[in-house]
Amino acid sequence: MSLEGFLQNIVNSLQLGSFYALIALGYSMVYGVLLLFNFAHGDIFMVGAYIGLFVATAILALVALTSIVLPGWLILVLTILAAMLLTSFVGITVERIGYRPLRNAPRASAAITGLMIGIILETGNLIILGAENYSFPALIETSTYQIAGVSITNKKIMIVVVALLLMLALHQFVQRTKWGMAMRATAYDFAVVPLMGVPLNQIAALTFALGSGLAASAGILFSLAYPVLSPYMGITFGWKAFVAAILGGRGSILGAAVAGFMLGFIEIFVAAFFPSTLRDLIAYSIILVILVFRPHGLFGEAYTAQLRL
Amino acid sequence: MAVTSDTLPTNRERVGTLAARISEPFVLVPILGWLVGALVAVLLEQFIGLPIARAFGMVRIPALFGILIFFEILSEIFVAFVELLQVPSMILMQLPDFLLFTLENLAKLPGVILYVLLIYILPISLVARLTVSPSNWVAGKLFNFRSWLSVLLHIALMYLILHIWTDVTDYRLLVARLILVSVIITLSLNVINGYMGEFSCSHPGFIALGAYGASVFTVGLFVNDNVLGTALLPETLARFMFPIGLILGGLIASLGAILVAIPSFNTRGDYLAIISLAFMFMVKSLFENLEVFGGPRGLGGQPDLATLPTVFFWTIVGIWIMNNFVRSTLGKALNAVRDGETAADAMTVNTRRTKFTAFLFGAFWAGVAGGLFAHVIRYVNPGTFGLQMLAEVLAMVYFGGLNSVQGSIVGATSIQLLGEALRPLEIYKWLVIPLLLIIVMIRRPTGLISFTKFDFTSLIKPKKEPGGEV
Repeated sequence: MSLEGFLQNIVNSLQLGSFYALIALGYSMVYGVLLLFNFAHGDIFMVGAYIGLFVATAILALVALTSIVLPGWLILVLTILAAMLLTSFVGITVERIGYRPLRNAPRASAAITGLMIGIILETGNLIILGAENYSFPALIETSTYQIAGVSITNKKIMIVVVALLLMLALHQFVQRTKWGMAMRATAYDFAVVPLMGVPLNQIAALTFALGSGLAASAGILFSLAYPVLSPYMGITFGWKAFVAAILGGRGSILGAAVAGFMLGFIEIFVAAFFPSTLRDLIAYSIILVILVFRPHGLFGEAYTAQLRL
Repeated sequence: MAVTSDTLPTNRERVGTLAARISEPFVLVPILGWLVGALVAVLLEQFIGLPIARAFGMVRIPALFGILIFFEILSEIFVAFVELLQVPSMILMQLPDFLLFTLENLAKLPGVILYVLLIYILPISLVARLTVSPSNWVAGKLFNFRSWLSVLLHIALMYLILHIWTDVTDYRLLVARLILVSVIITLSLNVINGYMGEFSCSHPGFIALGAYGASVFTVGLFVNDNVLGTALLPETLARFMFPIGLILGGLIASLGAILVAIPSFNTRGDYLAIISLAFMFMVKSLFENLEVFGGPRGLGGQPDLATLPTVFFWTIVGIWIMNNFVRSTLGKALNAVRDGETAADAMTVNTRRTKFTAFLFGAFWAGVAGGLFAHVIRYVNPGTFGLQMLAEVLAMVYFGGLNSVQGSIVGATSIQLLGEALRPLEIYKWLVIPLLLIIVMIRRPTGLISFTKFDFTSLIKPKKEPGGEV
């Protein structure tokens, strides 16, 4: 492989990795705080993309109606913020309906409700919007730069930068604020921390809200890169991000981000060197081998919590 | 304990008394009595079902106890209702038509209910109630003579009922066989997820290995196929060699399970879930890339070997062996590993061997079920063994109940039947089933019937008067 091809693949895998990392963060946070699989998370990503589509369409319609001139990037920022806010309410609702009643139940039962909520979200979308695929409006024009034989679009740069910024913001939130500290404490000890006056229900809701917001941003960034939305887009993406979250280590935010990018690299480079049909096979084999040698993930601590069954 | 419970009957107690009042006359009916009743019912349907169905205004015998028709009616009314709402200005004009249509459709309902009452409920309950003393006498005599003979008789009766019931339509035959296969699958997953308490997602992979193993065996040896070449052996031999193919599929699945079992020594819970998930994707991807076995297009043309008796036989054998396995010392070690691995290790349980055996055992039966599945559908392709199958299989296990053979049977049967019965609802089916599962999970987090022992011989014992010798 030539140097240009190599660099081009790195750029592409950075973009793919950003989506995985953003979704994986949501999995990882819920997992760290509540010790639950949130299997509906991939579908929350899908819902976020659709909400982004509606917000963007609404803003564009409003702009056309009032003849205010708004630059494309401003519309995009507004769309991302509004969609993150709205999707976090979806996440809170999912937590309230599907997970709170099962907080002390076997964790596998909660996994089942998560799977089922995911199916309900997909089917609900299909019923409400029909089977046709919607395309996301192009909010910013694509311009391609050629740097050392590597073609980079402004969208790719923006996707990676926004993803990194969001991760940094999340890191600051978790490390610096009181709520972040409460989240870390809950992740540290699920049973005792509520006795210290930390409201567990609010922490759980906050965790779901943050995760869903990040998933929504991933959804919008994804639809910028691949502007065709379908109700089932969350399934494969969600499961792969879930794999990345576990690969990163239990509840480790840094781990989820690194593993998300790593998964992107593995997928792109496997597809570059081998026939693309072998991509899943080789990618998952690599993950299997990593987990055999690092049973607690890349950045995870030794797993001591009992399976609550 | 609470004071109110002495004076005021709670809601649950009221329901309890109602259920007790209905079941009171049937307390003494042994399983044999119920089976004889069911036999009478299916015979009735076989001989006078069609005229009765026609008399009640149906075209043919209702396939699944009329549930299908019920949901068909429901969905037709719903579609008409949606059409009505689509043109708001015309609602008043269209309303009489809609109401008429609704009434017409609802008018079909009493016929269906009467049919079910007349063919199933009445004969079963009447025969069961009236034959209490003879069936108890027969069951008692047989049981005291040779208990295995009694078990055989019960199983034979069950098969007879199933055979006559499925004789009516091919649709019933397909549904019955799929239910039996999914019972094996559910039970084998319950061994790993319920009894051993792991969260294994690899079952579709095991099923795929078994399905492909058995299919390649039968298609390659006995069928002229453009993927696997000409037949090597005459097709008449296929019927006798089929068990070998199934066992071969099971063994291949077990071989694959080693890939999951060895990492499970050090990892538990979530990491094992990922490893098993990765395994599932790997198997799917492997078959998509194996052009020898048809690649993504799949492999078809399996001979029609998975007939009802074959599937029924394998299901009974599977339940029997798996039930004995979980009740053996090794099976108790599974529960010990689940409840506390370190403690089990300290109590001289060889945890590694236990996990290894359980994975290979569960995978073997999943593989056998996969082989049967491939020959029931008579076509396999890698896409079948994906996330949707995983969700379905997990739902069956957790809906039915963990750590329980009855739970697995109930879970597999009810989810499969529900999937078939709700078919008229089309896309809305995928709203109803998940909602139902969520409600069950919230009300009973470990499933409908969980943590029980299954003992067929004690189930078929004759019932005695309360206070009498049991």
